[in-house]
Amino acid sequence: MIVRVGALMLIPAGVFLFYAAQDLAPVGLPTSPASTHVAPRYIEQGPSETGAANMVTGVLADYRGYDTLGELFVIVTAAFACLLVLGNRQSEREGNTEKQ
Amino acid sequence: MTSQSGFGSLVLGAACRLLAPFMILFAVYVVVHGHDSPGGGFQGGVILAAALILIRLVRGQRIPFGASRPRLLSVLCAGPIIYTGVGILAVLSGGKFLDYGALPLGFFIEASSQIRAVGTLVIEVGVTLGVAGAMLLIFEALSSGGPEDDAAMEDA
Repeated sequence: MIVRVGALMLIPAGVFLFYAAQDLAPVGLPTSPASTHVAPRYIEQGPSETGAANMVTGVLADYRGYDTLGELFVIVTAAFACLLVLGNRQSEREGNTEKQ
Repeated sequence: MTSQSGFGSLVLGAACRLLAPFMILFAVYVVVHGHDSPGGGFQGGVILAAALILIRLVRGQRIPFGASRPRLLSVLCAGPIIYTGVGILAVLSGGKFLDYGALPLGFFIEASSQIRAVGTLVIEVGVTLGVAGAMLLIFEALSSGGPEDDAAMEDA
């Protein structure tokens, strides 16, 4: 019952999304808001400001360095979480043998 | 022992010997050349970790380059420490956090953009260490504690 209600609610939501998507700017349009905010500066002055000819590196590591720092912390946290979930099997087994 | 640890095939061993040095070299190239070509710390770190995992898979329980779990943990933590250290060093030098242009390198590099490039390279190395350490630690956690380890513990 709840599944059917959810499926029915998807239809108006989809209609609304398709209606709203008609007003989106075409991908890559130079006059769209996404292309006129900071992108021109990254493209025109990025290589000379950051010293990186690869603009992706210039944006990722220099202009958005704080963001990349967060990404690195996400990966490190994921590794710690994997260790917490998987990592103690051997020591647990050793502890069990000691108890026996 | 040599035939039981790992897959123990002559072809695999030879292929691993041939591939692994070039994979490690290519990882360094991807990191260092990330300024001018596609690449960077994340990609280079994954390639480096793939090379070490290949050695580990082929050679069995022998951990490549002595990368035991405590050492891998310190490598993993060195990544964010290097990255944050560069940011804090920029703050101490009078700039903003992660503002590489303020790094105190003016005595041997003149152009501001080149100082920023050096700062970018250092943080890319930090990202490489963190990503490679994370990949290797996850592989180590997944592969340890299995039947091979039980056999090794029974032998000992």
